[in-house]
Amino acid sequence: MAKAKTKAGLSGPGKVPVSVLVNGLTRKAELEPCITLLDALREHWGLTGAKRVCDRATCGACTVLVNGARVYACGLLAIDVQGDEITTVESLDQGGALDPVQEAFVAADALQCGFCTCGFVVSATAFLAENPDPTPAQIRKGMCGNLCRCGTYVGVQEAVSAAAKALSKAARPPARRAGGKR
Amino acid sequence: MSAYDWPPAGQRRILGTDVARIDAPAKASGRAAYTHDVRLAGMLYARTVRCPHAHARVKKIDLSAAERIPGFKAAFVVQGTGTEIFWAGDDVVAVAAEDEHAAEMAMRAVAVEYQVLPHLVVDSSADVPAAFSKPMDPELVGDPDGAFAKADAVAEGDYGLPVITHCCLETHGSVAAWGKDSLEMHVSTQAVAGVPEQLALALKVPQSQIRVHAPYVGSAYGSKLAADRWGLSAAHLSKQAGGAPVRLVLDRREEQEVAGCRPSTYAHVKVGAQKDGTLVAWQSTSWGTGGLGGGAEPPLPYLFRIPNQRRQHTQVVNNIGSARSMRAPHNPQACLVTLGALDDLAAKLGMDPVALLRKNLGLLSAHADVYAEELGVADKLMQWSKRWKPRGTMSKGEVRQGLGVSMHAWPGKAHPFQCDLTIQPDGTVSVRAGTQDLGTGTRTVMAIVAAETLGLPVKAIHVAIGDSAYPVSAASGGSGTVGGSASAVRRAAVDAVAELLARVAPALGVAASKLELAEGSVRVKGGGPSLTWKQACSKLGGLPLSVRGKNPGAGALADSGVGGVQMADVSVDVRTGVVRLHKLVAVQDCGLVVDRKTTTSQVYGSLVMGIGYSLYEEKLMDQNLGRCLNPNMEFYRLCGIGDVGELVVHLMSGPSYDRRGVIGCGEPAVISPGTAISNAVANAIGVRVPHLPLTPDRVLAALSGATP
Repeated sequence: MAKAKTKAGLSGPGKVPVSVLVNGLTRKAELEPCITLLDALREHWGLTGAKRVCDRATCGACTVLVNGARVYACGLLAIDVQGDEITTVESLDQGGALDPVQEAFVAADALQCGFCTCGFVVSATAFLAENPDPTPAQIRKGMCGNLCRCGTYVGVQEAVSAAAKALSKAARPPARRAGGKR
Repeated sequence: MSAYDWPPAGQRRILGTDVARIDAPAKASGRAAYTHDVRLAGMLYARTVRCPHAHARVKKIDLSAAERIPGFKAAFVVQGTGTEIFWAGDDVVAVAAEDEHAAEMAMRAVAVEYQVLPHLVVDSSADVPAAFSKPMDPELVGDPDGAFAKADAVAEGDYGLPVITHCCLETHGSVAAWGKDSLEMHVSTQAVAGVPEQLALALKVPQSQIRVHAPYVGSAYGSKLAADRWGLSAAHLSKQAGGAPVRLVLDRREEQEVAGCRPSTYAHVKVGAQKDGTLVAWQSTSWGTGGLGGGAEPPLPYLFRIPNQRRQHTQVVNNIGSARSMRAPHNPQACLVTLGALDDLAAKLGMDPVALLRKNLGLLSAHADVYAEELGVADKLMQWSKRWKPRGTMSKGEVRQGLGVSMHAWPGKAHPFQCDLTIQPDGTVSVRAGTQDLGTGTRTVMAIVAAETLGLPVKAIHVAIGDSAYPVSAASGGSGTVGGSASAVRRAAVDAVAELLARVAPALGVAASKLELAEGSVRVKGGGPSLTWKQACSKLGGLPLSVRGKNPGAGALADSGVGGVQMADVSVDVRTGVVRLHKLVAVQDCGLVVDRKTTTSQVYGSLVMGIGYSLYEEKLMDQNLGRCLNPNMEFYRLCGIGDVGELVVHLMSGPSYDRRGVIGCGEPAVISPGTAISNAVANAIGVRVPHLPLTPDRVLAALSGATP
């Protein structure tokens, strides 16, 4: 994770200019230093796919990728990810067409109310980039950072497994999806 | 036989198959906009000052410092000076500001003085001061004393479940915006058509001036039926701010502390039987709390009408957030108290608990044949008959195996529902209803029924819900939405077909009675000219065809009353007290299945929620502080993907189930997990762990012979 890049004299109280690379676009805002990456995405940059649920880095509904790695966006300050590459769920479906992970979640009914779903999808995307051919036990361990209250875990297990097969069949390295270098 | 009746098994194209939920792509891509995601121009953010005491009177409120916070826009006193507050976290003052940070600062700047009053927040005993106790009249059936005296075996035990919270991932909340005389609100609710009435009464504005939107709802489980104090606060703040939209959504702490509470139940039970397992006598002393309103008496004894009974229930009226109905209200509690006791009785008799349940199926008020069949199916799926051994003898060593069984019932009766089905001259079909989809699959059910009836693919049906301007439908509760929506859409679609054929008939030069809808076309029965769906619709002329469908109505499309059986396979580490669930089998009856995929998901979801309250979930209240100690998701622990073991769902199907029509299935399967798992743990370790959740400390205490 990037270290704090707040310059002396800019730290709060009061708003500071913040600039973050999200889905390939540089986004800017004047933010209180205490504003999390999640709130910056949702309240300032209109990216509401990541949800605020526990707000304490427990449930994973706000999962985004920072330089390709899964993180809880509620547990990071926006000022601390300046210079990093952020990937959110909004970048996964191209022109409205779902990507293989999203397709697999739909087919396996790995969602009910859907409030945790974007977090699961992003988490699964990064998990599959690191584990292209996971065993069921690896999926249970690798996806344990996301919680679902509706109880869709059987579907999630099936979806991640199916997505792994679809991604390898498409011969498209999942790493491309995960946002590149670390 | 009515024209509305469901098509017979051989003629169904879509009904009962696996159909992916139609709103899943929107949810998997982040395009689905929930109340939390609503962003309106000039929107203000609200926060609420909450009482830090479990019982207090408001002495003084000073808003002056809050009003000086940069960005402050409005304040609304929810409960003013002199008001008695009955639980910690209850709303006192709501403030709105330009952004969330400013709202938080303004909230903190509000100064409230309280007169602190005596409180009770625990419920571990019914022996509480009279002010907190509402004993209900004892109830007597037959001659319990005589029956116990004659019984061959009598078991006595303690059983209980603490208060748990709904923990909706989308916290309760709304965005309110006043027009000149009208109010428009986005609300995370399970009653899109019911909230306007509540708002109209509380705000004293005509109901016709209120419109509520809830296209996507991040779950509810029974907790989102009311407009709630915070919904009214949002409306008041918007009015004060000159109509600016105000967003008031609870944070996680608020959600856990005040927006969800399933009442607790504890009981001391004595139950007696003859040597062959026939139940003869029941005696229970029970108590529980649902906060200020107490906790209603759970239906004891559950399912089995034991001929001789003595029951006494006490409502503990304490200072926790007030009760909210939660998925199959009172049933998981009654189920554990009763079927836990029957399991202990079977152990005392040296009987297989499945045999004891079978022996007493005659005491059920309905569906004994269904339970008998389900017990057989569950037995096969769990290999119960081959594997089960008497309590404490399943395995030796430090990690011990155990099997447990439970059964449950649920009405699931179709609720009132109205929809408009419209066929446009260009062939497009839409169905609109003032209902909501909580993740249950309402949209998908509506699309399936319309598609099945109109001979179209599911994707051809546009479903619009979550708007109080649409035809009025009931709140989603009691698993009534699936039966209500399926029946109403079926009637609308059947009527629409009749009208379409009548309006198309002249073009084909035959009477409408000679036409039929088949394979996506309108054709003359027995051969002859036909029109594609689009061609037929083009004959409507300029006017679309619109039909209102209602439930209740003609035809036998829905029923009520389902039974289910569950079996659990656990292991318990007797050194650490850790319980591991290996497998949970759910055999569930739900009448005619509309969508096998989402119905199965509902049962899976119920099992996962059931495992959560069996092993992990408890709203911990501290009597000294008067507050909840775990209002967050790290210490209020939900199941994760690694905690659930193997889940096996079997939906009963076949002519005897199908012919009953659609019955709700969102709740029944959440009733039994606590009991099946508790019974499996008792089977594994040889003693009953009286109270859920079955945490290591409770398991170790039971192993050491402690009593609750």
